[in-house]
Amino acid sequence: MKSFANIDVKSVREAVTLLQKLHQEKKSAEIVSGGTELLQLMKDRVATPQYLINLKTIPGLNYIKEERSGFRIGALTTLTEIEEHKGVREKLLFLSQAAGEAASPQLRNAGTIGGNICQRPFCWYFRSANFPCLRKGGGICYAVAGDNRYHAILGGGPSYIVHPSDTAPALIALGARIKITGPAGEKTIPLEKFFVLPQVDYKRENILQPGEILTEVQIPHPKPGSKGFYHKVRERQAWDHAIVSVSTVVQSKGGICQDAHVVLGGVAPIPWRAAKAEAFLRGKKVDEGTARQVGEIALDGARPMKDNVYKIGMAKSLIQRALLASV
Amino acid sequence: MDNEVKGKGVSRRDFLKGLGGGAIGSAVISTGLLDPNKAEAYPTESTGTSRGKSTINLKVNGKSYRLEVEHRDTLAEVLRDQLGFTGTKVGCNRGECGACTVIINGRSFYSCSQLAVWMEGKEILTIEGLEKGDKLDPIQEAFIENDGPQCGFCTSGQIMSAKALLLRNPGPNEAEVRNALSGNLCRCGNYNREVAAVLAVAGKGR
Repeated sequence: MKSFANIDVKSVREAVTLLQKLHQEKKSAEIVSGGTELLQLMKDRVATPQYLINLKTIPGLNYIKEERSGFRIGALTTLTEIEEHKGVREKLLFLSQAAGEAASPQLRNAGTIGGNICQRPFCWYFRSANFPCLRKGGGICYAVAGDNRYHAILGGGPSYIVHPSDTAPALIALGARIKITGPAGEKTIPLEKFFVLPQVDYKRENILQPGEILTEVQIPHPKPGSKGFYHKVRERQAWDHAIVSVSTVVQSKGGICQDAHVVLGGVAPIPWRAAKAEAFLRGKKVDEGTARQVGEIALDGARPMKDNVYKIGMAKSLIQRALLASV
Repeated sequence: MDNEVKGKGVSRRDFLKGLGGGAIGSAVISTGLLDPNKAEAYPTESTGTSRGKSTINLKVNGKSYRLEVEHRDTLAEVLRDQLGFTGTKVGCNRGECGACTVIINGRSFYSCSQLAVWMEGKEILTIEGLEKGDKLDPIQEAFIENDGPQCGFCTSGQIMSAKALLLRNPGPNEAEVRNALSGNLCRCGNYNREVAAVLAVAGKGR
């Protein structure tokens, strides 16, 4: 790793002020919590910050609180803590599972929910300093002509990364919101609005501006009659990224869908919400026929490349499986 | 220092180290004397550098060490290069293989993916901290009995992951053991024997 200075901060306010100051002085800085992801980027010289702002020394940002409106999870809460939390296990359908299937035990012990949502892509071209790719300020996305077996089939162009987070699609399906703290104060937005497609800005994965920090995740209690389903397909049964993942929450009565959230992971540069498919499902009886149609609608418009056509069938079949398990 | 780490006897590692001479951080026995707050906070702008250095207190296997580290030094590097705890192996050095696994505050971590400067106030346990006097930890014995190690490079990491599991769950089932070891790769492919070793200890604990 290149040299840098680690700065332990004691409060979110201190971190925000410091980040702003460094930004104004044109010094490069990165926020770090678990560190598991950023340190690899730094070892590979893909990220070369002069300063690391260490959030882990902020007291009181690691919590899971169950309230009447739902759960509030502090950004520094680790994936292991979410996986093992009794209330989360009992009430948040599949969030514990999504957190527990991310990465490996060692990484879940270190990695935080805030960091998991703010991950950079794991595209092998992006991760290698030898490829000056679009996302790193270069001219082309190497996935287009290169080996693109793990790349995007939806929402791609001009960059074709897939968003690596396992928890983000699950959280979006659960209707989560996030709190962002920055120079202008705090704001709470739906998590879904946090992510940025490459056609909007191919150098970033989310809307965070310099000085802004994701500080809390808020998850409403699932509505009565809701059932959730999460499944992550990966090449190995452990310690791997999703090739495709599906998170669904279906609220139904007598087999008729009243509301549905269908979110795919591993297929697009952002957690991919299949809004049209959700709308189609509302008011319909959930059976094999409709489940198949929902899959078709969700993948309508998919534009695979030479090595990742397989993801389309995989995603369709996962959606079917999810919906049939949801009523 | 060698006495701090090894206990007694001269190991192959000590012998080699003796030939080359090892620069080792000074051991501080009494933790009570140490300031829990870090010596440095903001690097001053007058230095014009972002090459962060700090003096930290590292608590490893129950003993405290005061040493100077660069901020970019990983815990694995400091354990091995400064303190001589070479039982912690560095395989991939990128948080994938698990050879560098140590226990921090009761949980398993990749020590290559933690900075030493973040370790102030934490309890670090390495493979060297498992044996009590001359007696190996039951999980170490079980790895020997079950032929857990083949080439041996991943073994200390496997054992530390297993130990982290057993600390919280003394009687895990096979699925729990496999899950706990899933962040440790074994290139010899000796997983079944490693799992058998952990299960052997789990059975005794019941």
